[in-house]
Amino acid sequence: MDKLKVSSSPQFHNGDSTFSVMWSVSLALLPSTIWGFIVFGLSSLWIVVVSILSALCGEYILNKIYKKNTLNDGSAFLTGLLIGMNMPPMMNGFAWLYVPIGASFFAIFIVKWAFGGLGNNWMNPALGGRVFVFFSWTKHMTLWKVPMTDAVTGATPLGAVKSGLLGYSGSASGPLDLLNEVSKDSVSYLDLFLGKIGGSIGEVSALLLLIGAIFLIIKKIIRWEIYVPYLVVFAVFIWIFDGNRFGSGYFSGDVLFHILSGGLILGVFFMATDMVTSPLTSKGMIIYGTGCGFLTFLFRIYGANPEGVSLAIIVMNIIVPLINRYTKPRLFGYVSDGGSNE
Amino acid sequence: MKLKSFPKGGIHPPHRKNRVYSSDDLNASLPKIAVIPLSQHIGAPAKCVVNVGDIVKEDDLLGEATGFVSSNIHASVPGEVIEIKDQFLPSGRVSKAVVIETKGEFSRLGKDLDKYTWEDLSNAELIQIVKDAGIVGMGGATFPTHVKLTLPDNVKLKHLIINAAECEPYLTSDHVLMLECSNEITEGLKILKKILDPEYIQVGMEINKEDAGDKLTESFKLANLDASVVFLKNKYPQGAEKNLVRAIIGKEIPSGKLPISVGVINLNISTVYAIYEAVVLHRPLVERFITIGGGAVKNPGVYRVRIGTSARALIEECGGFNEEPVKVIFGGPMMGFTVFDLDVPVTKGTSGIIALTAKEVKSANTTNCLKCGRCIDGCPMGLVPSRLYKLIDHHQLDEAIKSGLNDCVECGSCAYNCPAHLFLVQKFRAGKSIERRSKGAK
Ligand code: SF4
Ligand code: SF4
Repeated sequence: MDKLKVSSSPQFHNGDSTFSVMWSVSLALLPSTIWGFIVFGLSSLWIVVVSILSALCGEYILNKIYKKNTLNDGSAFLTGLLIGMNMPPMMNGFAWLYVPIGASFFAIFIVKWAFGGLGNNWMNPALGGRVFVFFSWTKHMTLWKVPMTDAVTGATPLGAVKSGLLGYSGSASGPLDLLNEVSKDSVSYLDLFLGKIGGSIGEVSALLLLIGAIFLIIKKIIRWEIYVPYLVVFAVFIWIFDGNRFGSGYFSGDVLFHILSGGLILGVFFMATDMVTSPLTSKGMIIYGTGCGFLTFLFRIYGANPEGVSLAIIVMNIIVPLINRYTKPRLFGYVSDGGSNE
Repeated sequence: MKLKSFPKGGIHPPHRKNRVYSSDDLNASLPKIAVIPLSQHIGAPAKCVVNVGDIVKEDDLLGEATGFVSSNIHASVPGEVIEIKDQFLPSGRVSKAVVIETKGEFSRLGKDLDKYTWEDLSNAELIQIVKDAGIVGMGGATFPTHVKLTLPDNVKLKHLIINAAECEPYLTSDHVLMLECSNEITEGLKILKKILDPEYIQVGMEINKEDAGDKLTESFKLANLDASVVFLKNKYPQGAEKNLVRAIIGKEIPSGKLPISVGVINLNISTVYAIYEAVVLHRPLVERFITIGGGAVKNPGVYRVRIGTSARALIEECGGFNEEPVKVIFGGPMMGFTVFDLDVPVTKGTSGIIALTAKEVKSANTTNCLKCGRCIDGCPMGLVPSRLYKLIDHHQLDEAIKSGLNDCVECGSCAYNCPAHLFLVQKFRAGKSIERRSKGAK
């Protein structure tokens, strides 16, 4: 006896930890990743494995340098996993090795540790890594695969719509219609929902990602203040404006198509909600989620790149400190009249 | 029923309030040895008035208040003073303590005590009784009660608020007190009404004590006392003074001010009971209700315990441990103090002794702050704990003070929520004490 622990109050905790948060998010991403392996085959598995191992490796090296022990907090594994999920399912030559390694190292060395490691980075490391390799090796990052086959295709549904619309003068009523017209691989909402489409390894199955998201919502790890405004604002803008591209006028955009494609679900529930790079207060989160939704719409419809999710979140990451500054909670006990009587 | 609450922040820890007690057998066994510290209150320690070898009777004065903000200390058991020693208090401070070996006659134990009338006494006389009895705030703050009761001239009191929130997990002793002694509490309130003449008397408690509230309301009616029970949401820290006042009267006590600045005096329900005993039974404060609980204790329960009884004796009374505890806490798990051995005695401010198992404590490794904002969600004072932590860590104390460090009530809601398991409250305390010291130096 007589070796009781003495510590400062509180002596009580809700039981969550950095460890539990990081591993829960990883667990939530697993079904969708495995789905990616199933539809895209072995090449995708290797790409994800390389991403994760190189992220862990980077973290290990930095742990040695800074004499820290952060390998098992799960954050490096999660970064590697997210990077892997955001990679295309196959790459030519040795690109399947150096592209994921490049992305993970950039994420860990530059984005995360140059600012002091976990919690101090201002940009989501996985997004940073992905964008870095996208601009460095664009041609490897845009090679897509037809699910369940070995056929290589030039585009994801969203990409095909974007390129299909260039100089288009037909009469397609919306994105799905257009896809049927311009390419042989026609796509249905169900394909999009289940993940039988081309895309990054971990982003294609909306269904499995949503199951993961529900798990995180139940575990109170991701916050509605981010994903609800993100989804709603994005959907509303798509609905109002996207019909215009098909000549069907305002208020006729195909919301479902846009939500189910281009990694939107992955971005909304798993990347925009990253604790470290999102605002601190509920109010701030709502502003941030709104901004993410609007920018994703803007970049996706009017930008050069079909998806828009990564860039939108990164831009919003940049202004998080600003949002935090203007959404501080009100201090108790500083109202001149002692507050209102309800 | 619309429940009142403070608006921002707060947390919902598990209640774990399994209220076990028996009405006929509330008294804990008397300690064989009572260790009675001379400093059980905020303010100057009492001056020892006994010597080793003296024989004392129950309720005899052991220590005399030194100054206005101080408090008398009485013998909780009869017997011989065998030692006067340094003793660790639950807070970790050291105080001189009178050690009594229990022997001889109990003058009061098991006897029906005479009741004294008080209606004809003057306010000054009543306050003097409270002072002589050594009554202090029994919710944990231990501020001498007679000081609070001494209103400045020509201040008219609007609200007398009684804190029966008992919002900490595990603690149930106030609940039991209200169920068992509602009439005595009512009489205590009548005494306070005479002294303070408030416009309203409101007893605030979380809704998990509805039965106790109803019992009190009934006894107010019987006694024709114009007082009301206000039920509050189950939310921690509903019983923190500023939050309680905000919940009940809708006003915020301005930063750095006392409740009286919004017309309020706030007393703990146990203190009200102690006032009853002092005035009606002429008993000083020598015992109190305590919860003995936590997963490590075999038979948790609520007992009426003599001041100076050791934690060890009480835990033995509850069947000992069924599992090795990792922490033993005086008070509740959110704001209480851990002790490093079980010889620490119960004092006037001890509301519970809680022995927690490793599974209950849920400790984990500390990591960098994740910027998740959960500490902000939890903070009832509108602070940004993550930022305060960083500022103190980087020695930017002035900036921390500007950001409201001194408004922190150390409720622990932030740390309870923090996935990085940062020692937020510890850091805030350290910051405050550095600032106090540097102020003192100036
Ligand atoms: S301990 Fe202080 S900072 Fe933390 S929640 Fe309570 S009042 Fe806020
Ligand atoms: S709860 Fe902890 S990890 Fe989260 S922002 Fe506050 S201090 Fe940082």
